[in-house]
Amino acid sequence: MEYEVIIGLEVHAELSTKSKIFCSCTTEFGGDVNTHICPICIGMPGTLPVLNKKVVEYAVRAGLATNCSISEYSKMDRKNYFYPDLPKAYQISQYDIPLCYDGYIDIDVNGTEKRIGITRIHIEEDAGKLIHDDKGEASFIDYNRSGVPLIEIVSEPDMRSAEEVKAYLESLKAILEYINVSDCKMQEGSFRADVNLSVRKKGENKLGTRTEMKNLSSFRAVVRAIEGEAARQIEEIEAGRVIVQETRRWDEGKNMSYSMRSKEEARDYRFFPEPDLLPVEVDEKWREEIKNTLPELPRDRKKRYINDFSLPEYDASILTSSKMLADFFEETAIKSNNAKAASNWVMGEVLRVLNEKQMEVQEIPFTAEYLAELITLIDKGVISGTIGKTVFEEMFNSGKNPETIVEEKGLKVINDQEEILNIVSEVLKKNVKSVEDYKNGKRKAFGFLVGQVMKETKGKADPKIVNEILKKELE
Amino acid sequence: MVELCDLTVHQLSDLIKNKKIGVVELTKTVIDRIKKADEKIASYITVLEEDAIKQSEKIQDKINKKNANSPLAGIPMALADNICTKGIKTTCASKMLENFIPPYSATVYDSLLSEDVVLIGKLNMDEFSMGSLTENSYYKPCKNPWNTDRVAGGSNGGGAAVAAGLTGFALASDTGGSIRQPASFCGVVALKPTYGLVSRYGLIASASSLEQIGPITKDVTDCALVLNAIQGHDKRDSTSIKVGYTDYTSALVDDIKGMVIGIPKEYITQEVEPEVKNAVLNAVKILTNLGAKCEEFSLPIAKYAALAYYIISSAEASSNLARYDGVKYGYRAKEYRDLLDLYIKSRSEGFGKEVKKRIILGTFVLSSGYYDKYYKKALKVRTLINEAFIKAFNKYDAIIGPTVPRTAYKTGEKPKESIINIDDMYTVSANIAGLPSMSIPCGMDKNGLPIGLQLVGKPFRESNLLKLAYTFEQNTDFHKRRARI
Repeated sequence: MEYEVIIGLEVHAELSTKSKIFCSCTTEFGGDVNTHICPICIGMPGTLPVLNKKVVEYAVRAGLATNCSISEYSKMDRKNYFYPDLPKAYQISQYDIPLCYDGYIDIDVNGTEKRIGITRIHIEEDAGKLIHDDKGEASFIDYNRSGVPLIEIVSEPDMRSAEEVKAYLESLKAILEYINVSDCKMQEGSFRADVNLSVRKKGENKLGTRTEMKNLSSFRAVVRAIEGEAARQIEEIEAGRVIVQETRRWDEGKNMSYSMRSKEEARDYRFFPEPDLLPVEVDEKWREEIKNTLPELPRDRKKRYINDFSLPEYDASILTSSKMLADFFEETAIKSNNAKAASNWVMGEVLRVLNEKQMEVQEIPFTAEYLAELITLIDKGVISGTIGKTVFEEMFNSGKNPETIVEEKGLKVINDQEEILNIVSEVLKKNVKSVEDYKNGKRKAFGFLVGQVMKETKGKADPKIVNEILKKELE
Repeated sequence: MVELCDLTVHQLSDLIKNKKIGVVELTKTVIDRIKKADEKIASYITVLEEDAIKQSEKIQDKINKKNANSPLAGIPMALADNICTKGIKTTCASKMLENFIPPYSATVYDSLLSEDVVLIGKLNMDEFSMGSLTENSYYKPCKNPWNTDRVAGGSNGGGAAVAAGLTGFALASDTGGSIRQPASFCGVVALKPTYGLVSRYGLIASASSLEQIGPITKDVTDCALVLNAIQGHDKRDSTSIKVGYTDYTSALVDDIKGMVIGIPKEYITQEVEPEVKNAVLNAVKILTNLGAKCEEFSLPIAKYAALAYYIISSAEASSNLARYDGVKYGYRAKEYRDLLDLYIKSRSEGFGKEVKKRIILGTFVLSSGYYDKYYKKALKVRTLINEAFIKAFNKYDAIIGPTVPRTAYKTGEKPKESIINIDDMYTVSANIAGLPSMSIPCGMDKNGLPIGLQLVGKPFRESNLLKLAYTFEQNTDFHKRRARI
């Protein structure tokens, strides 16, 4: 029996505003425990929230970038539940009137375009974090994250595979980064996904019972959780059992999910309008102002790279997956006037070194202008491509500009006929055996002799000239 | 000779300005009186003797240097114990917050401190202002200074403290009548401002969409003086509205000629005690004689106000009081097995019966399956009440009636833990509709207990109410009577 997997996602992204959603505390990650707090974000009696206008602006940006309609009037609601990381015992969120609704993003999977619907995007506050001691005797609470602004992006159940989910998450992450509303760092918890998943037999119209999986902290975890949960549900159905609507927790270590709470135990959040805040108003003027500040989005950029720079789709996808990387590539391409080379360098050496050194694009110690200069040096034949790689390594180590490196290390191509002739003569003298071999018809010996010349010149000799001279001398 | 404690704020202010009395002397006099009288009426939870005297010395010094020009400079003040005072215990009369010392102050307290008032102490109240008798206090029940066998009203002891001369004026929150009803029972003046005129920042929330902080004073002039000091937009309270400053003392004019006043028939039914009804009708006569046009009209929706009020206020309270979970501050049970047990025990032991009852009710009306039936319906009633008042105010400048349909209950006469008190009908509609409303004394019953007249006005037209109340006051002497204890 063939099954179809139906997946919808709820993504929480922390907004990168300077201050929290309802007070002026910093949103900075990683401060000492309980140092980024005030009476408001820890819900002390009598304090009141005041909505940070930037949060609305950022969320509207996210909505516009994902083709959403923007509510002229939306409102804040209270979601009531007890947990020690939630200091007021309610989260201020949005319930029935979200800020953004009815949007979509387009993704590419295996060369096919697919549209994934966005049901809604709403704003809300993050909770604190529990810290348990090693002995399991006590728990502590760090409220630094309490009140950090979040957007929750709810998708339609439009995805059919882990691959599509991955593509959706990557696209969404790229969009949020491009429009500068979230740094989307999964390892810091600023981009988290919950997966709603159900399966049904191919050809059936009715949706199956879905489960919700939480605690997915990496793309890898999302992919594995989907594969695991789909397999589990199919197994249950095949065994004649029914799927229970429940929340499941994904255990990355054990590579399996387990039940957190069933529908019967589901919390009744008792949503009601937040009486301490006024409705959120976004008039047309403000909305248009925000719209005008939107930069080119990843998909548009990708299309442009394919058209203007004649890049293969795969390369364009990789280069536009992060705004920083795309910016770096584009500047290199323009300044070197050689998009192909720029793409090869960024896709190859730049990503390789970043990967090796576990660095981010913004940590590259030199500018795109330097990389463009390097490409120009090669294009003009000042250095060879092989030497170029040496120069590149040095740029990463010292951050120096390529011309300085070439100068300091004397890496310029040797193309002086006389100089090369001298070296060739020396090499021929030292390798009488190989010369004889060549003359006896062993063509391979020629390559060896070229290699010896290159070795003598530390790779700097122009291979074309070496070839010419060597041939002449051997005849 | 008139005792110092019986004087109004503006009378005391004149004496202070003219160096007839010193601020320290006044403070000490009030504290002495509290020591003598408050045993009988229990209007205070905390009395700040040392702090108040220290503060008085500083203010006297400022006055001497002519650096304190406010009419409230040196005046003794009491705050309900749900108004946060930095460094001073703020308990909400609850075991839950018995030792809670806020590290911040309510905006109203900051405003008054900048006017150089002297904080004498924190007032007794019904736990988390839930009740109308000030008998649901974790500490002790408050008594009426006119007759200590009678309740002082509630949800706070502000009316009792002002009537007994234990403070110059008091500030408390009014969620459903909590300053007007005690003012009525104790023969003093109270004004609940329009929702949004006064900041709620630092007021420990019970029902956020209904409550406003307002003054309880000995007369209308005092009321205007205090309102001047506490009004205005506060950027820390999004529901406080950006309206310009109004000098409410300029409304203190003895002239109501041409004012049109409506009296809802539903406010003067046979459920109103005859003596109260007579006093209200007498007040109508006086106002008519002073040039106002008074007429009866029908406000049938009014009778649903109390029901809507209990649903909305309990719903909001259930959420507002959820933060008292024993985790961060406040009462925590001594022993517990796990997290759930910690919540259950801390909340069961920390809250009183009435509070628990309202949390349960509020949780119920917001629960899935009941939300539409109760909470949503209550919101609809709220809309209808708003519309009915808007319509009425097309015609009338003010709506009057009894504040409470009776005088103070005997202690123990009313079950102290009854959620729905039909007597609240008269006061709650102003909270439901967010309208300004005053209670002023308008008579005495045969037992020598005060009767209150309630005035309700258009949004942000506190001036209209003050003018009406001031004119009534200038032509009567109910406000001059003082309780003797």
